[in-house]
Amino acid sequence: MSRWLALGGLSAVAIAVGILVGPAPVPPRDVWEALGGGGDAATVAIVRELRLPRVVLAFLIGGCLAVTGAALQALVRNPLADPYLLGLSGGAGLGAVAAIALGLGGAWGVPVAALVGALLAILLVYRVALVAGSVLDTRVLILGGVVVGAFAASIMGAIMALSPAPEVRNALMWLLGSFERASWRSVTVFAAYAVVPLAVLYARARDLDLLSLGDEPAHHLGTNVERAKRVLYVTASLLTAVAVSLAGIIGFVGLVIPHAVRLVLGHLHRVLLPAAFLLGGTLLVAADALARTVFEPVELPVGVVTALIGVPVFILLVRRWAT
Amino acid sequence: MGDLIFEAHALRYRYPGAAQEAVCDVSLDVPAGELLGIVGPNGSGKTTLLRLLLGVVRPSSGVTLTGGRSAHTWTPRALAREVGVVVQREEPAFPLRVRQSVEFGRYAHLGALGVPGPRDREAVERALERCDVARLADRWVGTLSGGEWQRVRVARALAQEPRALVLDEATASLDIRHEMEVFELAAELVRLEGLAGVLVTHRVNLAARFVDRIVIMDRGIARATGRPSDVLTREVVQGVFQWPVAVQEWDGVPQVIPLRRGRPGEDA
Repeated sequence: MSRWLALGGLSAVAIAVGILVGPAPVPPRDVWEALGGGGDAATVAIVRELRLPRVVLAFLIGGCLAVTGAALQALVRNPLADPYLLGLSGGAGLGAVAAIALGLGGAWGVPVAALVGALLAILLVYRVALVAGSVLDTRVLILGGVVVGAFAASIMGAIMALSPAPEVRNALMWLLGSFERASWRSVTVFAAYAVVPLAVLYARARDLDLLSLGDEPAHHLGTNVERAKRVLYVTASLLTAVAVSLAGIIGFVGLVIPHAVRLVLGHLHRVLLPAAFLLGGTLLVAADALARTVFEPVELPVGVVTALIGVPVFILLVRRWAT
Repeated sequence: MGDLIFEAHALRYRYPGAAQEAVCDVSLDVPAGELLGIVGPNGSGKTTLLRLLLGVVRPSSGVTLTGGRSAHTWTPRALAREVGVVVQREEPAFPLRVRQSVEFGRYAHLGALGVPGPRDREAVERALERCDVARLADRWVGTLSGGEWQRVRVARALAQEPRALVLDEATASLDIRHEMEVFELAAELVRLEGLAGVLVTHRVNLAARFVDRIVIMDRGIARATGRPSDVLTREVVQGVFQWPVAVQEWDGVPQVIPLRRGRPGEDA
């Protein structure tokens, strides 16, 4: 119980910090007032229409990435799995870069193109992994993800090489992840969409426990292995695809957070998944706060920050594992 | 002798695209309280026969009944409440404590919310005690010896509160003491808990000493079925394993001794 309180407290602190910091200096008291709708109109707009949706979206996406990472690590029985393992980041990146290069603007041009790219990549990887009729071989799944990702990356490289410089820069920034475009509308869209996949993953928590033992033991302990794998793979992919299309490719949250939670709370997914959601959200809100402030007024891509935090943490975790 | 748990009549199975049948006209039954050994060389169809009994694959023809019901019609969850299976190898992808791992045996019994109740906890404690691994309950499974880990997995199967216990080459990588401990445990559980037991192994001698009846498989065919002393004759064993042997009696059951080539007194 105290651990959950600590996790909740940590999330609250990160959210508070995320709302308090930003390029426009607003004193904490004014932020508090603006949250309630008081104070001058500009401050209210900054806090309620810029910072708040941005923090909420970062929290939701961080949480979802951590949950999918945890689920995929158990599904493919590989601690190095992350939400982008299955090639969909390559597809999403290709979609986004193509949209940017073609000048398909509008608030939703890039996200929709990224989503389409991610879905196509998922479909392709899934087809590749359905070898031998119906058996979803997770090793083939990983290989399929790697090759589809590499293929998409090479086309993306070609498009970027042929595009004018400003477009390339925009595309690059998108690829490294950003919450610059966050709005209440994107928050609503994502929240409404994420509920079902998150519920499905949580309902499969026991299957994940058993699948991490291997297909055969999982079957004998009562899991319908084939069906569980399909449902988990498709659900995790669809959840990640929308996260990527809204915020770009943000690495390491889905890789590191599940391991950090496992170290403290063990690996039963009934506990691991919700805890990973809270910690993943916390990390991404904090990383986004850093991305906004460290080099202000210039923003760092948030994916750069998560990697800078994630890599050392990951090395520490691996060291602890080895002992 | 109690109810029949496993029944098979004229079972045949051919893998898709295979020239020969992997299992060819096999019939057997296993009542509660009896331990059946399935022996034979590598590739003789032992594992396929087991997969048929467990409903993992559907027979090309013939019938397999598990608990009186066609084997392949069981859902994995329902079957896990009837049959506990220990396979040869299992490596958890993430660190796990012994007690948690035995609790996995209860998953097929849990309700929609997945919260274990007092009955589940009782079953876990009992299984831990019964398999003499209670003192290991808080250890990480990665720190156990091969034999301890295997006993933990027998305990997990027991926590399923099944009517049948199946060991599939479960001792193949163990040394003598640990192998014997697992066989002793399995035989004891079958007798004292009234389970139907199936032991798949290529260790003919150990099977002969522990099981009530034995099926010796040879290229998909049940070469002989019956009490070990009736089945394990020199002709049958030599024919099936394609190697000259002597058969001697020990403790009332036949024991097979493979012969060396060209040694005086050994006519290989």
